[in-house]
Amino acid sequence: MKPDKINEYYFHDFDTPPSGMDRRDFLRNLGGGVIIVFSLSQLSFISGMKSRNEDEFPKFNAFLRVKEDGRVDCYSGKIEMGQGINTSLAQTLAEELEIGLDKVDMIMGETDLVPHDDGTWGSMTTRFHDPLIRAAAAEARIVLIELASEALKIPVAELVAENGVVYAKADKNKKITYAELTKGQKIVRSLSEKPPLKKAAQHKIIGKSFLRTDAVKKVTGKALYSADIRLPGLLYAKIVRPPAHGAKLTSVDTSAAEAKPGVKVFKDGDFVVVLHANPEKAEEARNLVKTNWELQPSKADNETIFAHILKTATQSNTRHKGGNLETGKKESEILFSNEYLDGYKAHASIETHAATALYEKGELTIWASSQTPFGTRQELADLLKLPKEKIHVKQIFLGGGFGGKIYNRQATEAARIAKMVEGTPVQISWTRQEEFMYDMFRSAAVVKINSGITKDGIIKYWDFNTYCAGDRGTDPFYGFPNHQTVTWNGKDIHPFGTGAWRAPGNPTNTFARESHMDIMAHKIGMDPLEFRLKNLKDPRAINSLKLAAEKFGWTKAKPPKGTGRGIALGIDAGTFATIIVEVTVNEKTGEVKVNRAVVGQDMGQVINPEGAAIQAEGCVNMGLGYSLYEDIEFNWGKVISSNFNNYSLPLFSNIPPVIESYTVAAQDEPPQGGGEPAIICMGGAVANAVFEACGARVFRLPITPERILEALKKA
Amino acid sequence: MEEKIKFELNGKPVEVQLEKTEKLLWVLRTHFNLTGTKYGCGEGYCGSCTVLLNDEPVRSCGTTMEEVAGKKVVTIEGLADGDKLHPVQQAFVENDALQCGYCTPGMIMNAVGLLKRNPSPTRQEIIDGMNDNLCRCGAHTRIFKAIEMAAATMKGGK
Ligand code: FES
Ligand code: FES
Repeated sequence: MKPDKINEYYFHDFDTPPSGMDRRDFLRNLGGGVIIVFSLSQLSFISGMKSRNEDEFPKFNAFLRVKEDGRVDCYSGKIEMGQGINTSLAQTLAEELEIGLDKVDMIMGETDLVPHDDGTWGSMTTRFHDPLIRAAAAEARIVLIELASEALKIPVAELVAENGVVYAKADKNKKITYAELTKGQKIVRSLSEKPPLKKAAQHKIIGKSFLRTDAVKKVTGKALYSADIRLPGLLYAKIVRPPAHGAKLTSVDTSAAEAKPGVKVFKDGDFVVVLHANPEKAEEARNLVKTNWELQPSKADNETIFAHILKTATQSNTRHKGGNLETGKKESEILFSNEYLDGYKAHASIETHAATALYEKGELTIWASSQTPFGTRQELADLLKLPKEKIHVKQIFLGGGFGGKIYNRQATEAARIAKMVEGTPVQISWTRQEEFMYDMFRSAAVVKINSGITKDGIIKYWDFNTYCAGDRGTDPFYGFPNHQTVTWNGKDIHPFGTGAWRAPGNPTNTFARESHMDIMAHKIGMDPLEFRLKNLKDPRAINSLKLAAEKFGWTKAKPPKGTGRGIALGIDAGTFATIIVEVTVNEKTGEVKVNRAVVGQDMGQVINPEGAAIQAEGCVNMGLGYSLYEDIEFNWGKVISSNFNNYSLPLFSNIPPVIESYTVAAQDEPPQGGGEPAIICMGGAVANAVFEACGARVFRLPITPERILEALKKA
Repeated sequence: MEEKIKFELNGKPVEVQLEKTEKLLWVLRTHFNLTGTKYGCGEGYCGSCTVLLNDEPVRSCGTTMEEVAGKKVVTIEGLADGDKLHPVQQAFVENDALQCGYCTPGMIMNAVGLLKRNPSPTRQEIIDGMNDNLCRCGAHTRIFKAIEMAAATMKGGK
């Protein structure tokens, strides 16, 4: 899927996967064994999947191969960027196939080998990819038992598979291994109906914690990321960059750079590249290039951007509507109207965008840090005017993504350069400053909420307007009787690229809604937990909130001054998440310390409980950044934040000493997302806790010491 | 101007011909193909390029070859003893103290240096020792546990 297509989707939460568009013959280059393919036009049989448009579906999707040595290759278009799916997907495969987890090899994101996939984003892997892999594995097990039945001359019904071996139920000495069964075979089975899957009670691997299968590679430095690829004759490329977005190159002089030994310079319009076999020399030479630029006039900076957004985001879209707003207003005894602000945020993966590429004989091979290998392939095919089959995107680890590596600018840069130096491999690895310049930031946004309640705390009226944050997370799960949710956007609002950032838009929407909930509760002197429970209608939301409150030990008694507790809950990727934090605020300095965070989630079936807990901890720790510290400083196209000295990520000294993660028991329910949901709650939880601690209500993220001190003056 | 620089790399003597202002990070990554040492910021802010220089953790992105000459460098690739992981590596595996794994080599090298200076650090001493190493995935919670476990194992005489 192309990035602009993704952009259409990314502020929206899916209950069905977006469809692919590709048809390929996967079987051509495969060896022997038992191979399971899917015909995706029949995918509706997989639970939770609804076909959007059958013609758009790819011919094949998830598949696996039980090889002749008894090991299994699982082919997946997803990529591993830290979320742990190369472990959790292997777990579900091993479970249904009846094979050891250590026998599963994950082949991921390599476009020549794996079936089409739209990319790893939107917490869709576990929700939509995992069911395919389960079904394929179950089908493979059926095939293997059929083969065993022929080999052992025992009816299928009397056989059972366990740990890579098929046994006679009556006599365990009568047995045959998967390796023996697949030797010399090439059996291709297309799955057209859903094979029987195990019930949760039968699971031996799903629902158990496993250590990450990629950990040893990662602790020894052997895990390869795209800038770690070394090819003979590799040249390092540095691109001449403008001082600001929108700047036009008026003159360029590359003579001093060209005079340096070993330097190659290429120019293609504005695109000026310096290459050298030594990356430091390439950078030195690039710095010798003299340029003049014409800058655009500034329309806004990080302080004035909100007024600019309200002025320019004029296209509205009503996403949810129910009851009658006028009636709601009339039935309300107290009305509220507030505005919540959020600045731009960087993805700031510690790995910057990188790509290593070789263009040779009309074909391009590329290792790119990309969350969308097939999107990359399509973009590069369009760019180089080559058929897709001539572009080979290779498997690679990603050093973090969070939505920032959905967009493949560095891959297109590498491909352009590779073509310029045909036959010589090239590498591009963005500096941190380039990363801050070309990141597709989480958008700055404004949320305006008008609401009304009765004196005993029933919400009657809810009018939610969100500018540039999309509709993700805005489902009216509180059960407002009279409500509407309108998203506002427009063209050319932002001076630079914006895009999907872990649970796109949802942290902003949830911060606004959950801050507003507390404001309404406090107004009538009601406990914020009680206020929420009084209004909530969705049972899964209630479960998530009650779980977190119980584990936190929430009481109506207020903690001593200076300490505060804050609740926020929300929905993302099918999961209901609640976070309750305890903070200490220093009223003199405005400094906030989060002491404890308790996460309670209803995420359906949990595949790797430890993996789910790690994701929850990651959401708390990363979420602390947007809540308290992170904000892109800029003056229109000029991004002033340039490195970690002027864009602060959470440090060891900032993260909560105690993080607890709990899930609602729902092993018989379909699995939901786990990588994104909890992060949406951090902003609201921290804002509410700061208020309880010191009475400062901060309406803008991040909640900096200055903003707290400012709010204290008004309190 | 290029010159000969000798140092010890992961226990073996090595010699390179290069300018002494070149940075250790790039020499490791390009000259020796030791790509476990990562670039994260290039200006000393993230710690993903951390290696040991005479047993002290340093940021290789800011360390010139002149400073390296005659000294001992240990990178993430030189930490394990064959297949036997260093106790800090082992503790990172057992505690799931990593997600994307990109900050991991720098975290581990910094933790090894920390434990050399202070074999039984308190939680606060771990925070102080690790505070300038960044992790975007938020693996901090498990990294604490891993360092505490490694300290305990190493005190047991391993
Ligand atoms: S790359 Fe050296 S400190 Fe960041
Ligand atoms: S594990 Fe990804 S940056 Fe630390």
